[in-house]
Amino acid sequence: MNDRSAEPEPLAAAQTFAGYAPAPESTSIVTLADRYDLWIGGEWRPPSEGRWFPTVNPASGEPIAEIAEGSAPDIDAAVAAARAAFDGPWAATSPSQRSRILFRIARLLQERAREFAVLESLDGGKPIRESRDVDVPLAAAHFFYHAGWADKLDWAFGGGVHARPVGVVGQIIPWNFPLLMAAWKLAPALAAGNTVVLKPAETTSLTALLLVEVLREAGLPAGVVNIVTGGGDAGAALAAHPGVDKIAFTGSTEVGRSIRRATAATGARLTLELGGKSAHVIYDDAPLDQAVEGAVQGIWFNQGHVCCAGSRLLVQESIADAFTERLVARMQRLRVGDPLDKNTDIGAINSGAQLARITELCEIAESEGARRVQTTAALPDRGWFFPPTIFTGVDTSHRIAVEEVFGPVLAVMTFRTPQEAIAKANSTPYGLAAGVWTSDGARILWTAERLRAGVVWANTYNQFDPASPFGGMRASGFGREGGRQGLDAYVNLEAAS
Amino acid sequence: MTIDAPAWRDLPRRPVDAVALEARAKELATRSIKAASQAAAHELTIRCMDLTTLEGSDTAGRVRGLCTRARLPDPEDPECPPVAAVCVYPSLVSTAVEALAGSTVKVASVAGAFPSGQSSLELRLGDIRAAVADGADEIDIVMNRGAFLAGDTDTVVAEIAAAKAACGAAHLKTILEVGELGSYEAIRWASMLAMAAGSDVIKTSTGKIGAAATPPIALCMAEAIREYGDLTGASIGLKLAGGIRTAKQASHYLVIVNETLGTSWLHPDRFRFGASGLLNDVIAQRRFRATGRYTRFSDLPVD
Repeated sequence: MNDRSAEPEPLAAAQTFAGYAPAPESTSIVTLADRYDLWIGGEWRPPSEGRWFPTVNPASGEPIAEIAEGSAPDIDAAVAAARAAFDGPWAATSPSQRSRILFRIARLLQERAREFAVLESLDGGKPIRESRDVDVPLAAAHFFYHAGWADKLDWAFGGGVHARPVGVVGQIIPWNFPLLMAAWKLAPALAAGNTVVLKPAETTSLTALLLVEVLREAGLPAGVVNIVTGGGDAGAALAAHPGVDKIAFTGSTEVGRSIRRATAATGARLTLELGGKSAHVIYDDAPLDQAVEGAVQGIWFNQGHVCCAGSRLLVQESIADAFTERLVARMQRLRVGDPLDKNTDIGAINSGAQLARITELCEIAESEGARRVQTTAALPDRGWFFPPTIFTGVDTSHRIAVEEVFGPVLAVMTFRTPQEAIAKANSTPYGLAAGVWTSDGARILWTAERLRAGVVWANTYNQFDPASPFGGMRASGFGREGGRQGLDAYVNLEAAS
Repeated sequence: MTIDAPAWRDLPRRPVDAVALEARAKELATRSIKAASQAAAHELTIRCMDLTTLEGSDTAGRVRGLCTRARLPDPEDPECPPVAAVCVYPSLVSTAVEALAGSTVKVASVAGAFPSGQSSLELRLGDIRAAVADGADEIDIVMNRGAFLAGDTDTVVAEIAAAKAACGAAHLKTILEVGELGSYEAIRWASMLAMAAGSDVIKTSTGKIGAAATPPIALCMAEAIREYGDLTGASIGLKLAGGIRTAKQASHYLVIVNETLGTSWLHPDRFRFGASGLLNDVIAQRRFRATGRYTRFSDLPVD
């Protein structure tokens, strides 16, 4: 019998192939202005206080453009423009015409997909593979989906009602999926006939500003969407503005709480999509290799800058070592580097501040006794990067098991029985998402019924669809985005007579 | 080190999630293979190729032509490496052995009532012994799908083990004929059984039925090989056959193997493409890289 463990002399071509020569996506498709103003009432206006701030490419640390720093007077102007559009041209636009405009936005996004994808990666640091294959196609899908509802709203709620727009909507979006979150917010609001003041995240304004070109070309009347860039002050001014009928916020739980205080007893409606520390449960009968991929998708998608990231991995004790070993081996294959390289799996951390927070939480985890395992490949020597990281030996009382890291850091814990898995999974103030892997269909149902989370993924993770409502419970917020349930936040229902 | 194969009953019979498996295969297909990596992919594709002719109309002349091509795949480029092996029917092994004497190209033969395997074990083993006696370096047999689908695992394993014994020093490649197995779980389990029974290489398909290698199937089998290696230390080869016609398809499969089994699997001892039409596409791509011009397919050798 010949020797099945013989080690052949490695081929030079194999090493060359496996290095995957650089495959950078060209940035020539993107034309950046030096400086961007605010988009209010269908025109570009300089910020009232005359201040701009740099937006930085996180993969290089270099500024790429200047963004207007909006403040309270700009929010006033934007809300006034939105109100005028709501009472004027937008009210006069028929539902079927709204539908057509939304379809056009979706089509234009598809036509300019590469441009949006490159800009998203340039400004935010996410790998081009994700901005190209996930962010931009899903953003277009949200506009397509809601274009379908625009002239059928009364039927979205079971009939017998009239669905009326709420009015002027303030939307504050995060930096992890800048264009996609803008789409999640804008599409249902516009489909239902509302007008919008959108406040992009401070570090990632560019794709929202590029979207202005699409909105104009699609024929959206002036003032229907207004974009006020800036920092927390602009967001706070928008959240507290008396002319706003509804606030939709996606971001941190801390800011979400302050917005809830600001909108209390004002009559403004509110939906919040906040943080998470989502549990990802792996039973011992799971399809093992696919579950490893699920864990990878759960925590390392978008550098872990994902509110629903499966950041607490709960593995049944009988397979914990085998599973962790495979996951570590898989982690070592992740390619960290230039976000614009088509073969990059993990791009840049969005900001220096976020990198500092991730670094600190990992140091705390080590000091509390958890064991750190990281990829060993070298990181780029400039820009903000953090290696994919797994913590083993994590106990439920460790901070790394409790606090949201919002980075590529996974806490691995074990459980013995399904009951213990549920108890540990639900032991968190959050309730955004959860995942379960098993090949037993009955166990999927048993587990999903008991997990307290807005979304439960079974044998998959981080899958998004405009027809599927997304949102959390408890400290992860309330309200849904996507599906008929997501439309609900943007309509007032009146009895049909 | 020789590894004692564990009894098949000791091996894990894993579930496979089809949706997640296919998603992973699709994700791997997004790897962008350019520049030096692309040139290396072309070289590896040739080095790992079993140039195959398995027709009722095969003659000594046809096989000799194929062997000449195997030694020097691109007549315009003496630097072009030879393919790994030429794969023929048993009756043409001696012709191939003679034609390939003095080269590094191995002679592979299908044997054992290929492609159905529906013949007595004695006849099938005799077929193997005859091909080995004629000088075949590698034997491609088919797994007994009838026994597998009937749940007669002992027979499946025993027959492959007997084939392995009949091979002597020759390498045994066991064809699962994945298109007849019905599910990824079955493909994974068949892979484990074939490895436990002593196969040196597991292979997707005969190329004689419609369904053949696909990226998720290649991934599924590679994952089985990885797990078997973790359990036993054995490094089992993978051969993909059927429907692989372009250099681009081939480089996607190289990505799957590289990212699942590791770079050391990108070697003719551990990985093969069973193909015939693929070679000319790779040669055309190589010439394009060298000259910047696309060659006319009518200018390429027909063998």
